[in-house]
Amino acid sequence: MFGPEASNFVEGVDKAFFIIMGIGAFFLVGLTTLMVIFVIKYNKKRHPNAVQIKEYLSLEIAWIVIPLIIVMFMFYYGYIAYKPMREAPADALNIKAIAKMWEFSFEYANGKESNTLIVPFNKPVKLNLFSRDIVHSFYVPAFRIKEDMVPDLKDNFMWFIPTELGKFDILCAEYCGVRHSYMMSTVEVIPEDEYNAWVAKVEKKSLKQEMKGFEILKNNACTGCHSIDGSKLVGPSFKGLYGAERTVITDGKERTVKADDEYIKNSIFSPDNDLVKGFNSGLMRSYKEVLKDEDIKEIIEYLKTPDEN
Amino acid sequence: MELAQPGQDFLSAQSYNAVFTVHGVIMIFLVVIPGLAAVFGNLFMPIMIGARDVSFPKLNLFSFYIYMFGAVLAVISLFIGKGAPDTGWTFYAPYSTQSGSNVIAAVLAAFVLGFSSILTGLNFIVTIHRLRAPGMTWFKMPLFPWSLYATAWIQLLATPIVGITLLMLVAERLFKIGFFDPNLGGDPILFQHLFWIYSHPAVYVMILPAMGVITEIIPTFAKRKVFGYKAIALSSVAIAAVGYLVWGHHMYTAGMSGTARWFFSFLTFIVAVPSAIKVFNWISTMYKGSISLEPPFYFAMAFIFNFMIGGLTGLILGSLATDIHVHDTAFVVAHFHYIIFGGMGFAFLAALHYWFPKIYGRMYNHKMANWSCVTIFVGFTVLYFPQFIVGLQGMPRRYFDYLPQFQTGHFISAIGAFILGIGFVLVFMNLVRSAKTGKIAESNPWGGLTLEWQIASPPTVENFDEIPVITEGPYEYK
Repeated sequence: MFGPEASNFVEGVDKAFFIIMGIGAFFLVGLTTLMVIFVIKYNKKRHPNAVQIKEYLSLEIAWIVIPLIIVMFMFYYGYIAYKPMREAPADALNIKAIAKMWEFSFEYANGKESNTLIVPFNKPVKLNLFSRDIVHSFYVPAFRIKEDMVPDLKDNFMWFIPTELGKFDILCAEYCGVRHSYMMSTVEVIPEDEYNAWVAKVEKKSLKQEMKGFEILKNNACTGCHSIDGSKLVGPSFKGLYGAERTVITDGKERTVKADDEYIKNSIFSPDNDLVKGFNSGLMRSYKEVLKDEDIKEIIEYLKTPDEN
Repeated sequence: MELAQPGQDFLSAQSYNAVFTVHGVIMIFLVVIPGLAAVFGNLFMPIMIGARDVSFPKLNLFSFYIYMFGAVLAVISLFIGKGAPDTGWTFYAPYSTQSGSNVIAAVLAAFVLGFSSILTGLNFIVTIHRLRAPGMTWFKMPLFPWSLYATAWIQLLATPIVGITLLMLVAERLFKIGFFDPNLGGDPILFQHLFWIYSHPAVYVMILPAMGVITEIIPTFAKRKVFGYKAIALSSVAIAAVGYLVWGHHMYTAGMSGTARWFFSFLTFIVAVPSAIKVFNWISTMYKGSISLEPPFYFAMAFIFNFMIGGLTGLILGSLATDIHVHDTAFVVAHFHYIIFGGMGFAFLAALHYWFPKIYGRMYNHKMANWSCVTIFVGFTVLYFPQFIVGLQGMPRRYFDYLPQFQTGHFISAIGAFILGIGFVLVFMNLVRSAKTGKIAESNPWGGLTLEWQIASPPTVENFDEIPVITEGPYEYK
């Protein structure tokens, strides 16, 4: 009824849905029918003189107490289905989930990194949630789980046991800016032996990716908007940037500048001053208070380094 | 509209985000919060309690000027600086402290509008305490003023919190004082708490007067004494009181402590009960009445139906396990539009059609009013009901674009939006034309018993030549 069912929580959550919706539908249909019957039966044409009814205290009390009992019943089902979500088993597989504008990334215990979440079938997985910039939210509809990823919040987590093999959508559910609706990923559930083989293979990072400058760009979520492979995101790509001729808009006028040290620093501190043609203003904040001069130097070093292969 | 088909149609993602932010800010702070309470409250509350005016008419005028100033500021925020705000009406930090767009103007607009709300609340509380007609004890007061009384306390007590929160946000942006942004040592969840402490009770600022209106309309057209008068009056107060303490249900997934999560869920279920009581009492007021099916009554029936759907889906959101799944999805969007539009919006239209002959002294075309009610109801349902379904399927809100499995629902919604638009054009045409050239209405066209129907239409400046003396309850139909 609510899309794929692929985790240990689905049963409890869907049961709570079923109970609350069932009772709700009963009251909605019942009360609406009653209202329509009254309107027809006691229409002025059929029933020209209203009969004044006395107050019945017992009736009033009944419809205070009965709804109270029903809602407590609903609360209880919601609560027991929810409680285990906050109690991760101690032997769960720990994976770090990191959000930044506008992508998810995952780090496994042995240092392996990936952009899609790969998890073993039928094993408890605990995701430790981090955000590098603002509030995001990690949502897997097929698992019925969601938890915000809050910058600087410690011990924030979610956990689940995948009960179905296959690929499921991960969506960001907390509004996070211009590419919010494209901030998504996939969780892929594979058999445990395949998982073990997959996670053991740690790709060697290229030398360029080991540079400190790249680390700084990643940690400040720059790469969420500026790609390193030349693809056009919200901002211009970093690929082949250094030393290139750029057509920019300065004070409404178009001009061509060379992307040198000064240009890069200026673009980080006052992004809208020289706006690259074809991109929008007002999207990037100034990083003047965030990045130190050494950081800028490292970033420039990184941008200067030619791509390998 | 943008969402009728997947992919970019005619808005860019940035403009889409600005559009839903400004839609939220304007609708919440400019339309639904002041809509019923300020418009019909100011017009009819003094008459219904037998007063010549509110206690502080000048303060009232002042709060109107503040409102206009705030409204202008909100519109200006669209056009000055580095682009319209794009944070959502919730202004969640730290996005709102970092976004390059024009957040400060929008936040200040909300801040200024807050003052207008506080002053109106203050004025209503004093008026209801001091200016009731002789003989009108608390339990002889009509139920619309009762609901305004409960609303006014929320406005007075909760609005300052959002005021200071929004100022803190401005201070953080301008002076880099770290309240909410972890880069500056702040706590983003603190912002959410402070924001919802106001913004949840604000929902009751919208819906309580709506309930009040419906409680006036049903006895007038059913010619019956309200069933459970005291229960309705006190349930307004109960909603206002408990409504303060449920803000955390906006934050089950936000990273607050486990204890807080279940406690807020518990209280949220409690607050559902007084709303249910009202629905039971409205329907039983129709029992053995003599019902004339006039336009305001149709709108009131649509209100009850929509409000039940809005309220019952609220239970799904109040329950922990189910909220985790549908939180921040289209389900929430559908739920609050059912409450705010299906509830408050329909109540506003009901009130408009109910008091129109009193305000203008002229009557509108009933047939056309009935058709516009049906059109709006159909359009509304076609627009918002599919949003429940795509929400359950896992479609997050505030998405500029979406995955293919959500397309059918969005397409149906877009059709609903067109029907809804036509409905509003009908209402507008009917009422504007009738205000000028409609048939002259008698002073009490519906046969109501509350005081506003006992004076001339339109009311004179001071309402009453002589303040009436009240000897019995407001709905003593014989």
